[in-house]
Amino acid sequence: MNEVDLATTKVHELNAALHGVTATAGERSWNVLNPRGHHSIAAGLNAPLSVLVKGHVGYYCGGMNKEADVTITGNAGPGVGENIMSGLIRVKGNASQYAGASGHGGTLVIEGDAASRCGISMKGVDIVVGGNVGHMSAFMAQAGNLIVCGDAGHHLGDSIYEAHLFVRGSIDSLGADCIEKELRSEHIDVLERLLQIAGIKAQAKDFRRYGSARKLYNFHIDHAHSY
Amino acid sequence: MTQQPKETPDGNPEAYREWLATRPSHTFPKSVLAEIYRAADDGLYEIRGFGAKRRITTFDDLLFLGASMSRYPLEGYRERCDTNVVIGTRFAKKPIELKIPITFAGMSFGALGTHAKEALGRAATELGTTTTTGDGGMTDEERRSSKTLVYQVLPSRYGLNPDDLRRCDAIEVVVGQGAKPGGGGMLLGQKINARVAKMRTLPEGIDQRSACRHPDWTGPDDLEIKINELREITDWEKPIYIKIGATRVKYDVQLAVKSGADAIVLDGMQGGTAATQDVFIEHVGIPTLPAVRIAVEALQEMDMHRKVQLIVSGGIRSGADVAKALALGADVCSIGTAALIALGCNKPMYLEDYHKLGTEPGSCHHCHTGRCPVGVTTQIPEYEQRLSADQGARWLRNYVTTMLLELQTIARACGKNHVHNLEPEDMVALTVEAAAMAGVPLAGTSWIPGRG
Ligand code: SF4
Repeated sequence: MNEVDLATTKVHELNAALHGVTATAGERSWNVLNPRGHHSIAAGLNAPLSVLVKGHVGYYCGGMNKEADVTITGNAGPGVGENIMSGLIRVKGNASQYAGASGHGGTLVIEGDAASRCGISMKGVDIVVGGNVGHMSAFMAQAGNLIVCGDAGHHLGDSIYEAHLFVRGSIDSLGADCIEKELRSEHIDVLERLLQIAGIKAQAKDFRRYGSARKLYNFHIDHAHSY
Repeated sequence: MTQQPKETPDGNPEAYREWLATRPSHTFPKSVLAEIYRAADDGLYEIRGFGAKRRITTFDDLLFLGASMSRYPLEGYRERCDTNVVIGTRFAKKPIELKIPITFAGMSFGALGTHAKEALGRAATELGTTTTTGDGGMTDEERRSSKTLVYQVLPSRYGLNPDDLRRCDAIEVVVGQGAKPGGGGMLLGQKINARVAKMRTLPEGIDQRSACRHPDWTGPDDLEIKINELREITDWEKPIYIKIGATRVKYDVQLAVKSGADAIVLDGMQGGTAATQDVFIEHVGIPTLPAVRIAVEALQEMDMHRKVQLIVSGGIRSGADVAKALALGADVCSIGTAALIALGCNKPMYLEDYHKLGTEPGSCHHCHTGRCPVGVTTQIPEYEQRLSADQGARWLRNYVTTMLLELQTIARACGKNHVHNLEPEDMVALTVEAAAMAGVPLAGTSWIPGRG
């Protein structure tokens, strides 16, 4: 196990060292101390590493992650796990806005709450939030699953494409073209699998599912107020 | 477009009466009436490709003075006139060196077909310059055919992939585009075929509206952190450009510098698009000419001119246009629409296919339909095979080399041994408007409007 103290090491030195690890060579297990809100910690990882960040991080922690498993013990700033491709990012505290933005794959787990625009533009990532999500979450979400164990703010899933949204608590309002849909057995399977990965104890059947009404897919003037 | 009302006849009461009865309205000429009928019928704004068609002040309204008694010209055959440019000297570990100050602008696979994309890549490689990806990501064909490839990071993030970031040579963060500053891209259903849909993670056949804002940052303070992240992901190797549509140029340029850009791509309102609302193309943004001058002044004010390279696009057509933009202080010009024209856009052939689109060669702006008669902006095999990548690359090479010779001709005539030594002092303006916008005197005077 390697330990890097960001009180004495620069973030770019840490990232360069992490980028040096390949699928076959290099230390796989890393602890990062004193992150102190620094930005872009463990961004662009590209190998099956396991990175434990002990504390709070700034913007874009784990950005564009591939294959690595990154855990943040504190809170995460904006854009945690943005454009994640694969692997797993776990925030034990709360996450700021745009968590998992445009994520193409992999899994993002936020054990606490996520702020606004969680899962914005998501393209295949699975996001599990233990608490609540803020307004405009899953805005223009294209693919993947967003699971919210608490409540969702206003305009959930606005202008959504083919992503699946699951919420256990209340929703302030649904966004344009987002509607409630039937929770079928294949959705229960997805929920159970992702809740298990997240390590969150919740009953799949307690969730309600939301998705696209597909009314905005082709432009029609009578829907102009929804654009 | 607008029809002027006939002049008032005087002295002849008959003619005057007839004129009263038939005069057209200046506010509602026939073209405006027709647009209102069309909107009432279709219930949709006009969406089209190409760039602004309205008349605006352009580089045509500037002239070079050339050398004479007070300065001497350079010999065309004997004396060097260099054209190389290095981009990314500010922060990137691996700046890129262009042999020529002309690059190919970002155009998406999806908007363009594979043959056009490949032709651009090959021509850029042979010319020693770069080509650029577009909304929808990088294709393997594109990476293979281009020695030096600029990878766009756009608001939509379609197909955005860290592997492509690592395998590109420079990164262009697109904030805006000249054809539609403040708007996202559109790709209409007819162009979202299976491959394009997959690259963009979208259902096939939908009318796709790209986001107009990036999903994970807002404002220059965030952008600085975002750029830092892109540098971290790529270990500080690649030059990072910021592309802006020309609007509030001074502030945008200075904020781009503050955000940590290695280079700024400034796209004037003449810049093309594959599909955008006509109202956007014609009514938002400022022309390229004043934008260049403002950008250079903004850079000079920060002592960043030539340190942060300025790449100018939007309506660049000839070596003269390039020379004028460089003389105003740009480092590089980028061509999009003109490159497509070299590939055959609007060429008078396959007339029946232009007619099927309801247009004709010279007036076509139908890229949004996906049925490009000359095989440039299409994915339909029958049309696409009309453009071969080989032929396309040849045309582009001929065209750009011609531009380069024109550029050097002007630079030598002005006595410059590098095209970057051209300066505003080498030019005068033909119109008051161009003089004011370019900040050079009206020909035959020492008057620069707005400067006393
Ligand atoms: S000829 Fe092709 S590329 Fe040119 S405007 Fe028409 S459709 Fe677009």
